[in-house]
Amino acid sequence: MTATIEEEQERDAHITARDLTMAYGDFVIQRDLNFSVRRGDIFIIMGGSGCGKSTLLRHLIGLKAPARGEVFFNEVNFWKSETEEQERMKRNFGVLFQSGALFSSLTIAENVALPLGEYTDLSPAQILEVVSYKLSLVGLAGFEEFYPSEISGGMQKRAGLARAMAMDPEILFFDEPSAGLDPVSARLLDDLILELRDSLGATVVVVTHELASIFAIGNNSVFLDPETKTMIAGGDPKRLLAESRDPKVQNFLTRGEKGESDIKENNE
Amino acid sequence: MLKKTVTPCKIAFSTPAADKLLINVAGDWVIGNDFPPIGDVQKNLEQHSSLRQISFNTEELLAWDSGFLTFLIKVRDICTQYEIEMNKEGLPEGVQRLLTLSSAVPERKGARRETVREPVLARIGVKALDFVRASGEMLGFIGEAFLVFVRLLSGKARFRRSDIALIIQECGPQALPIVTLISFLVGLILAYMGAVQLQMFGAQVYVASLVGLGMARVMGALMTGIIMAGRTGASFAAQLGTMQVNEEIDAYRTLGISPMEFLVLPRMLALILMVPLLTLYADLVGILAGLFVGVTMLDIGFMEYYHQTVVSLTLTQFAVGLIQATVFGVLIAIAGCMRGMQCGRSASAVGEATTSAVVTSIVFIVVAAGVLTIVFNQLGI
Repeated sequence: MTATIEEEQERDAHITARDLTMAYGDFVIQRDLNFSVRRGDIFIIMGGSGCGKSTLLRHLIGLKAPARGEVFFNEVNFWKSETEEQERMKRNFGVLFQSGALFSSLTIAENVALPLGEYTDLSPAQILEVVSYKLSLVGLAGFEEFYPSEISGGMQKRAGLARAMAMDPEILFFDEPSAGLDPVSARLLDDLILELRDSLGATVVVVTHELASIFAIGNNSVFLDPETKTMIAGGDPKRLLAESRDPKVQNFLTRGEKGESDIKENNE
Repeated sequence: MLKKTVTPCKIAFSTPAADKLLINVAGDWVIGNDFPPIGDVQKNLEQHSSLRQISFNTEELLAWDSGFLTFLIKVRDICTQYEIEMNKEGLPEGVQRLLTLSSAVPERKGARRETVREPVLARIGVKALDFVRASGEMLGFIGEAFLVFVRLLSGKARFRRSDIALIIQECGPQALPIVTLISFLVGLILAYMGAVQLQMFGAQVYVASLVGLGMARVMGALMTGIIMAGRTGASFAAQLGTMQVNEEIDAYRTLGISPMEFLVLPRMLALILMVPLLTLYADLVGILAGLFVGVTMLDIGFMEYYHQTVVSLTLTQFAVGLIQATVFGVLIAIAGCMRGMQCGRSASAVGEATTSAVVTSIVFIVVAAGVLTIVFNQLGI
């Protein structure tokens, strides 16, 4: 029974990591990661600070080659593909970096327009229309001519999101989207992520440790543990909260209210 | 400024029972006040070998802050060492809670960094390996830069033309004031130094040849190179380094845009174009400085100086200077962009990248100037 579900998942998998091991030189960050992200999932990469969440994201978006193992997109092995094939695959990604990572020498409009100008045959006027539309989606209509340094951190993040969506990507990656945002803005961003998934049919991968976001938007996840240097749980975060017996996972998902201390008591 | 008066810290010991030590503390136990040495407590503990518990009396304690707590933590450590119980009840409530908090999370083993002095040989080895790695990275960067230029020549490089104009503006015209100042002074110095010697033979007029040749062949290019290394090389490293820090470079990569083409290429092009032009300008300013000294201080006529300059300078001399300038431009651009692209992800890394860019460029420039001078000499140019 389980096997068939897994098979089904495998067949429907948009992103698959197989025995993924990440390392800087000899220093292993995480080893033997196996997970798959189904089409239309909102997949959460979670874990405590410093466990390698952002590093895993860098491996998925093609910025860093794994020390061992493979990453598949639509069953195509990314790191075994030719450079041109990789570039083509990367065009289906939209990435929102932690700090927004807007190009500081370009205006907001030019930031969003850059990938459109590079990869489409749209005329400048058409590009401008698309840019305005994308900016209006993230609530930044009218800010076209501003430079990144002239707008607030939250707005930079939303502008970064507009740029990530510029090419209507199949997969959206978010690195700590709510970091540095006030609770209301963070909530609005969560709603926006859900909305985008539903309307664009995109697959979403989110690195976060905000519990509120994890439960509000996630329907699949991987939990990275810095001590054993591998994943210790995966799946729907709500189900993990209800069913996981792992003290570390419980501890994390309940803000330390349940988990390791309970287990200690049980042992005593 | 009003100086707050502090009551001195006092400490007294008494033994209400054979196995108990009572510590009386009095006065202001605040940072900046003189605390009694912790050795007093230790001495008292050692005197009473049957001691099982120490407690505190703080009725006369007037004020306390972190200073008092650090003292108590030392007392606690001594207690643990002698296996004596420390009774906290006599302490103010806030102090008790802070003490409990400070011991709530035990010190993680191995978290404290121990400074190990590595043997000299090991350190030399590590440095040597670092050097090999750094050289490899440098060659890699130069190779990448070369490939980008090949793509530029085949018309496939993608970058914004408007970026080049902006960077040219930044590293060309905006550098004119400093280039003017430095090359004028260098011309002046050359003229004076030459004049002292040449006047002895009544050959002042050759000051014109000296300044002209000196500026055109070496000094114009060298001075411009060093100015540009400090001004533009550093700025490139800082710009690219900051882009590295706030993930802009990663963002370009994920968009499938090569940062080498989009960011490095325009910077290199602008600098390689601007350094020779600024050098020509520096040559001119330096010669004018020589003329100024010649006419006003050495009684050489204007036409005489002009004539002597024209006679001694040929196009070859300028060409020698311009070749050097172009080489310097390439080197500064490589050093600046390379250090920026190799920058780590912190503010201090940007600082290091900038410093390293300037140092690398200046070393490159001086070495290249030396090599080129010898080569030109051997070729008889």
